Amino acid sequence: MATVFGKAVKRREDPRLITGHGQYTDDVRLPGLLYAAILRSPHAHARIRKIDTSQALRHPGVVAVFTGQDIQGKMGTIPTAWLPPDSGIVTPPHHALAVDRVRYVGDGVAMVIAEDRYTARDALDLIQVEYEVLPAVVDQEAAMQEGAPQLHDEAPGNVAFHWKVGNFDPSAVQDADVVIRQRFRQQRLVPNPMEPRSAVADYNPATGEMTMWLTSQNPHIHRFLLSGILGIPEHKLRIIATDVGGGFGSKIPCYPDEALVGFAAKTLGRPVKWTEDRREHFMATTHGRDHYDDVELYGKKDGTILAIRVRATANMGAYLSTAAPGVPTILFGLIISGPYQIPYAEADVYGVFTNTTPTDAYRGAGRPEATYLLERMVDLFAREIGMDPVEVRRKNLVRAEQFPYNNPMGLTYDSGDYHGALHKALEMAGYAEFRRQQEEARRAGRLVGVGVTTYVEICGLGPSQVAGAVGFQGGLWESAQVRIHPTGKVTVFTGSSPHGQGEETTFAQIVADRLHIPVEDVEIVHGDTARISMGWGTYGSRSTPVGGSAIALATERVIEKAKKIAAHMLEVGEADVEFEEGQFRVKGAPSRQVSLGDVTLQAYLAWNLPPGVEPALEGQAFYDPSNFTYSFGTHICQVEVDRDTGEVKILRYIAVDDCGRVINPMIAEGQVHGGIVQGIGQALWEGAHYDEQGQLVTGTFMDYAMPRAHFFPTFETAFQETPSPHNPLGVKGIGETGTIASTPTVVNAVLDALSPYGVRDIEMPLTPERVWRAMKGAQEA
Amino acid sequence: MIPSAFAYERVQTVEQAVRALQANPGAKLLAGGHSLIPLMKMRLATPTRLVDISGIRELRGVWKKDDRLVIGALTTHREIATDRVVRTHLPALAEAASRVGDLQVRNRGTIGGNLAHADPSSDLPAVALAFDAVFDVLGPEGMQTVPIDGYFLGPLVTALPENSVITAVSLKLPPSGTRSTYVKYPHPASGYAVVGVAAAARVEPDGVIDFVRVAVTGAGDVPYRAQAVEDALLGQHVSDDLIREAAAHAADDGSISGDLFASEAYRRHLCSVYVERALRKVLSRG
Ligand SMILES: Cc1cc2nc3c(=O)[nH]c(=O)nc-3n(C[C@H](O)[C@H](O)[C@H](O)COP(=O)(O)OP(=O)(O)OC[C@H]3O[C@@H](n4cnc5c(N)ncnc54)[C@H](O)[C@@H]3O)c2cc1C
Repeated sequence: MATVFGKAVKRREDPRLITGHGQYTDDVRLPGLLYAAILRSPHAHARIRKIDTSQALRHPGVVAVFTGQDIQGKMGTIPTAWLPPDSGIVTPPHHALAVDRVRYVGDGVAMVIAEDRYTARDALDLIQVEYEVLPAVVDQEAAMQEGAPQLHDEAPGNVAFHWKVGNFDPSAVQDADVVIRQRFRQQRLVPNPMEPRSAVADYNPATGEMTMWLTSQNPHIHRFLLSGILGIPEHKLRIIATDVGGGFGSKIPCYPDEALVGFAAKTLGRPVKWTEDRREHFMATTHGRDHYDDVELYGKKDGTILAIRVRATANMGAYLSTAAPGVPTILFGLIISGPYQIPYAEADVYGVFTNTTPTDAYRGAGRPEATYLLERMVDLFAREIGMDPVEVRRKNLVRAEQFPYNNPMGLTYDSGDYHGALHKALEMAGYAEFRRQQEEARRAGRLVGVGVTTYVEICGLGPSQVAGAVGFQGGLWESAQVRIHPTGKVTVFTGSSPHGQGEETTFAQIVADRLHIPVEDVEIVHGDTARISMGWGTYGSRSTPVGGSAIALATERVIEKAKKIAAHMLEVGEADVEFEEGQFRVKGAPSRQVSLGDVTLQAYLAWNLPPGVEPALEGQAFYDPSNFTYSFGTHICQVEVDRDTGEVKILRYIAVDDCGRVINPMIAEGQVHGGIVQGIGQALWEGAHYDEQGQLVTGTFMDYAMPRAHFFPTFETAFQETPSPHNPLGVKGIGETGTIASTPTVVNAVLDALSPYGVRDIEMPLTPERVWRAMKGAQEA
Repeated sequence: MIPSAFAYERVQTVEQAVRALQANPGAKLLAGGHSLIPLMKMRLATPTRLVDISGIRELRGVWKKDDRLVIGALTTHREIATDRVVRTHLPALAEAASRVGDLQVRNRGTIGGNLAHADPSSDLPAVALAFDAVFDVLGPEGMQTVPIDGYFLGPLVTALPENSVITAVSLKLPPSGTRSTYVKYPHPASGYAVVGVAAAARVEPDGVIDFVRVAVTGAGDVPYRAQAVEDALLGQHVSDDLIREAAAHAADDGSISGDLFASEAYRRHLCSVYVERALRKVLSRG
């Protein structure tokens, strides 16, 4: 049978999903189901003087109304689960409903439970809240100023944490010829997965068991955290998150709303559903990015980069969301030197409270921020020393023979051929030819430009020991159970929690490949804590390297056991048996064989098993990786800027990514496409904007611009495959690479197009007006 | 995103619609629903009753009547964009209708609803202004006509009499030999016009412009005729310089406003750029 590893098998989940047969949380219907609606603060900062719920309670169809006072002491607060060490981090209490103060527009104030969703929504308008409006602060640098409004008594100066890493030392840069200094704004983004957040909770008072359907990227983490918040023991709490319509990081956190749904179901003894609408998503689901970065790059005239330093202030919003503190610290600071041999690096990061929606992981989480500023700095450096930006990259990239490579922050890059990917991308783009055409175009008055990004990404989070060392309040291994049924069909239980990435297909390919059976014979079960023993979920490009590796190991264990039984059946020693083409064969006498199917049946019949071998055929693995994996690559973009309007048109986009061995090129390419689109969204269109009063003025799709298909040319993608040496599959991770690489690629391309004007920086998103003003400003100067 | 409660009734005739409006203060007409329903979902509009006129057959279709093009109020954007008569006689209208939203929106949204709603960033108002639109309206007092001049009073505010239904919109066909177009700078989020320009012009064989119309939408609180641009062009010989100089007056007649995406200064600039682009299309020879 031909191997299916590496084949473009069509996504098996798609027929179900595109014909409307998915089971998303909001699809769950239960007898007696009640609906929740949450009243959210219209003010960014205010004291709650009084809440009058009497009118709402009298409204026909309303079953209950809860306020912050009502839930006090009856349910726990919302925890923060990543505490970077030596950062002085403070985690002020985050109540599921505000008790006396609201801290952002969207902060929960009260919850209505009603017989239907419409009644619940109508009743929100009947709740009277008396607010004493307080001054608000939305900008993290402003929040750190003296006299700024203070959010939490526990955090003077609004500083949530201050974390520093690196080996920078002024003597190391004594012979630098140039120092580049630049300030960057990396704006706030709204994740906007297609499916909004949703929760259904069903409590059985007789048994004390609770089942919750949840839009979750990590149901076991949610079970762990919600168990504590709701006071339901973990063995009586089941979380189901089978079909989840995208997350991009926003479905990692444990939110107040979902916890409240559980609380209401438990309190009322009836099932309760809540689904956010898109307005709520904009206000009350975690946002991403939001940095100021002041960066210094030290280099020599020959193109050598000596050191990079960044002082970052990260806007954490009003409370510290579940994984939030790890994003601008560990996932950002440790990779600040990127794919280059930069011996000295430093990151100095402040996490700051403001009267805005909490931020947390957003596709790439920290690594796009690091890559953005580094790639922008490399281009500025190249410009300063008059060298082609590709040449500077070539000179500084870690060379293939240097792996494993230790970066200055203590990370060990596993494997790579950075120059290979660069070379391939340049060939595909016809870089040299484009530079010639650019000259001609400029003479003809056209503004065309090219941007090149070389990146490396921390993927495959990660060794649990490291998780502990960096303050992540959990493990980062993964579980897998592979069960061959008596008929030879296979069920795989994985602790990974795919929500759109296609692992129902790629994981089945891993197993089918090893067992030499058709992909259709393998079923992947995920997203249900009652069926899967344990899992740490899907984020940080970890599902395939960690979850997939666990599956590979579990499959190997099944084969090992089957081999023992086969040897017994063939009456030879185990060492004399090999597994090929679905058959256990005697080495040297291949006609003596038994099929996997026959062995499986025997394993279950157990009529004649070898001594010491137990019946049945399953394998289990709890795989903890020994290192992260490091995907890398080169992205190139060509753009044209409209001289009259400042509009940016993307002419070509080339991506060469190396994520180790590729299990399914079609799915991997899909991940790259989505990532590129999302990253360019940040570069050109997306941006969440608060006014001075803390109102989110980009709170709908009418003013928050999501990328659309027709904004883009056809992407030209290719893979290079440098296996990771430390996991059994040789894989790395591809879910976030596009988002990491594409943002600086496009911005650098635009700035290259504008180089006749000498424009150094334009704030993202590069709206036509901003580009136009940059040109105009340069002309007037 | 959940509207407040409302009653719903479907009417068969325009007369029934008028009576339903009269009988129910707080009622609103529902045509394609693509402006009204989004407002209701945000609870920016809370009508107590929707009077659905979308089933009234005779409000659909396009006719040529003397020197006017008559378009039934319920004719959809898609029907207009693909209509042979419109494409032949008023390409600017077909182009504008084809640039509205996306396919779903064009399949549902109607010209009557679009012009009644009077969103300052809508596309069709520019064309309506450029071609002297007249509304046929049935109200409690019977049929009347409402001219486009003075119709747009402010964002979402029009001179349409209370409790009345637009039955048709008619546009004056320009003299034969006129070329017309609609160019648009769509907002990347909403798809509505940041600036939209309808332009029409005829050039005599000697190069003199003897007919010109320019109207701008999207740039300000109300769409407007760019009178200053027209004045600069009418009776003049076409030239590159003339077009550029005329386009520089593109914002003169508007009350231009800014927002987060495009400031007032930038919008003024865009008005000139897009008026110039539109003029080049209708004034270029050949
Ligand atoms: C996603 C999206 C994108 C869009 N993009 C654009 C765009 O790019 N450009 C653009 O111009 N428009 C755009 N629109 C709006 C679209 O064109 C609407 O369809 C149109 O503006 C309203 O027409 P309707 O038939 O849907 O009216 P409805 O929504 O049914 O009604 C709108 C208003 O007009 C009133 N009304 C309706 N018919 C009549 C009548 N015959 N007489 C009197 N009053 C009436 C209603 O009572 C209501 O107040 C978009 C809409 C959506 C949802």
